[in-house]
Amino acid sequence: MKPKRIVLNLIALGVFAFAVFPVYWMILTAFKPTKDIQAETPSFFPTNITFSHFSTAIHADGFWLFWRNSAFVAISGVLLALIVACLAAYSVARLKWKGRQAFIVMVFVAQMTPWEALLIPMYVISRDTDMLDKLPMLTLIYFMMTLPFTIVTLRGFLNAIPPDLEEAAQVDGCNQFQAFRRIVFPLLAPGLLSTSLFGFITAWNEFAFANLLIIKEQNQRTLPVWLSSFSNTFGTDWGATMAAATLFMLPVLLIFLVLQGRVTSGVAAGAVKG
Amino acid sequence: MALAQAERTAPATPAEKPSAGARRGRPRVLPYLLIAPTILGMAYLLLYPLIRNLIISFQKFGIAQLIRGGADFVGIDNYQAIFTDNKFWAVVGRTFAFTAINVVLIMVLATLVALLIDALGKWMRFLVMGGLVLAWAIPVLAATTVFQWLFQSQLGVVNWVLVQLGFTQFEGYAWFADGTSTFAIIVIMIVWQSVPFAALTLYAAITTVPKEIYESASMDGAGPIRMFGLITFPILRPMFGLILCLEVIWVFKSFVQIWVISQGGPGDATLTLPVYAYQIAQSLNRYDLGAAISMVTVLLLTVVLLAYFRQLFKEEGEL
Repeated sequence: MKPKRIVLNLIALGVFAFAVFPVYWMILTAFKPTKDIQAETPSFFPTNITFSHFSTAIHADGFWLFWRNSAFVAISGVLLALIVACLAAYSVARLKWKGRQAFIVMVFVAQMTPWEALLIPMYVISRDTDMLDKLPMLTLIYFMMTLPFTIVTLRGFLNAIPPDLEEAAQVDGCNQFQAFRRIVFPLLAPGLLSTSLFGFITAWNEFAFANLLIIKEQNQRTLPVWLSSFSNTFGTDWGATMAAATLFMLPVLLIFLVLQGRVTSGVAAGAVKG
Repeated sequence: MALAQAERTAPATPAEKPSAGARRGRPRVLPYLLIAPTILGMAYLLLYPLIRNLIISFQKFGIAQLIRGGADFVGIDNYQAIFTDNKFWAVVGRTFAFTAINVVLIMVLATLVALLIDALGKWMRFLVMGGLVLAWAIPVLAATTVFQWLFQSQLGVVNWVLVQLGFTQFEGYAWFADGTSTFAIIVIMIVWQSVPFAALTLYAAITTVPKEIYESASMDGAGPIRMFGLITFPILRPMFGLILCLEVIWVFKSFVQIWVISQGGPGDATLTLPVYAYQIAQSLNRYDLGAAISMVTVLLLTVVLLAYFRQLFKEEGEL
C-alpha cells in the first residue's frame, strides 16, 4: 500500500503545482524588482520584494476611475438583479399560479443564453437608443446576465424555509409583506449575500460587452478592458502589468475565500462560468 | 449544476400545500405582478436582441444603415454569402475541432483529477482542492494577461524551462507569432481554467456513490479501471452528461480568451465562429453578415442545449 500512496501524493503535488503556478507566477512577478524580472535565470521564490509595481499600477492613468466604473456597474447590476429576483423567487416558491412551470423553464433557458451571440444586436440597440458609451447600459446587461441564476438559487433557499413560519406570523397579524420582511428576509440574508457575491464576480469579470459598448468615452471604461490593453499602458513593464492583474483579481479571490465551502460544493457553477 | 445543487440542498417542500395567499382567496394578480419585472427584463434584454439579430441577418446592414437607419430586407442573401464562402466553412471546421480538443482534454483530465482527489488523504485532498479553486477563481482577463507573460518570448518562464530541459530551439521562441502555437496556448489556458469546475463537480458526485458497492466489487477482484467502468461511470452517467454538455457549450462560444490573446490570428489560426462574427461586424462593419454568423452559432448551440435540458429535467424530475 505504501508506495502506491507515495505515487498518488506525488501526482497530487503535480496537479497542485500545475493549477497554482500561473497564479503564483503572476503574484511573484508583481513583487519582483525589475532587474530580477529581466534576469537571465528567473528566481522561483520571493527573494527581493518590492511594492513599486503596485505603485506604478495604482498611479497609472485612470486606474481608480476604471476601478470605480467596474465597481459601479457590478454592484448596480447585481443589486437590481437581487431585487427583481427576490420578487420572482417569492412568486415561484410561495404562490401557486398558472404558468409557473413555464416561467421556471424560461428562467433555466435564460440562464444558458449565449451572450457572445448577442454582441452585434446589443451594439445596434445601444446605438439606436443612445446608450453607447454609457455605464447604465452595462448595468442593464449585467443585471440580465446574473438574474436567472439569482432567481434559481433564491428559489432554492426559499424552498428550504418552511412556509409555516410566515403563516404563523400572518395569524399573529402581519400582512404578507411584513411576514416576508420580518420572518423570511433575515433567514434568507446569507443566501442573498452569497448569491449576490457570485453575481458580482460575473459582472466584475465581464469583458466582451464592456469592450464593445464603451468606445469613445475612454473614462467610462472598466477594469477588464483597461487590463486587456496593458501593453498600451505599461509597454513591456511586466511587473506593473502583473501588479495590475493581481489587483484586478483581488476582490474575486477574497470572495472565493469567503465562500469557499459553497464554491467547492459546486453551487457557483452557473454564476461564475458561462 | 447550480440548480442541481440548489435543489438537492433544499428539502422538498410539499408541493400541494396551499399557500397563505391562496387560502384567503386573494385576487390572483400578485404572482404575475411579482414576475413582471423579470419578464420585462428578459423581453427587452434577451428576446428583443435575439429577434433584432435575426432581422439584421435578413437585411443589408452596414455602416450607412447603422447611422441613418432604414435597412432594406434582402432575403437570404447574407446566409447565401456566408454559406458560399470557403472561409466560413474553414471557421466552422476549426470551431468544431477547437471544441472537440478542449472538451476531450477537459473531461479526461477532470475525471482523472476527481478520482485522484477521492483517493487522497485528508491533507493532500485539501491542498489539491484549494489549488483547483484558486485556478478557478482567477478572472479570464487576469488569466489571459498571465499566459501572455508565461509564454513571452524573451523573458517568459516557459521558454526558459524548455531551454533548460534541452529544447534549445525554444530560445526566444515567439509563441504568439505562430498559428499552431497560439492555438495550443489558448487550448492550454481554457483547459486550465475549465478543469477545476468539472473536477470538483465530478468529485462531489463520486462521493455520493455508496462505498459498499466498491468493497463488494474489490472482493470480486475488480481493479480500479474496471471499477470505474463498471460502477462509477454508469452510476454517474447523468452527471457526466450534464458536465459534458456544459463544457461543450462554454468552449464552443468562448470569445474573450481568443479575442484578447490573438483576435482570431495569427492568420486565421484561432478564428472560431463567435470571434468571426464579431470580427466581421466590427472591423468590416458588415453587421448583417456578423448577425447571420451569430444565428448559425445560436442554432448549433441550441442542439447541445436541447440535449443539456433533456438531461437536466430528467435528472431534476419535478421542477
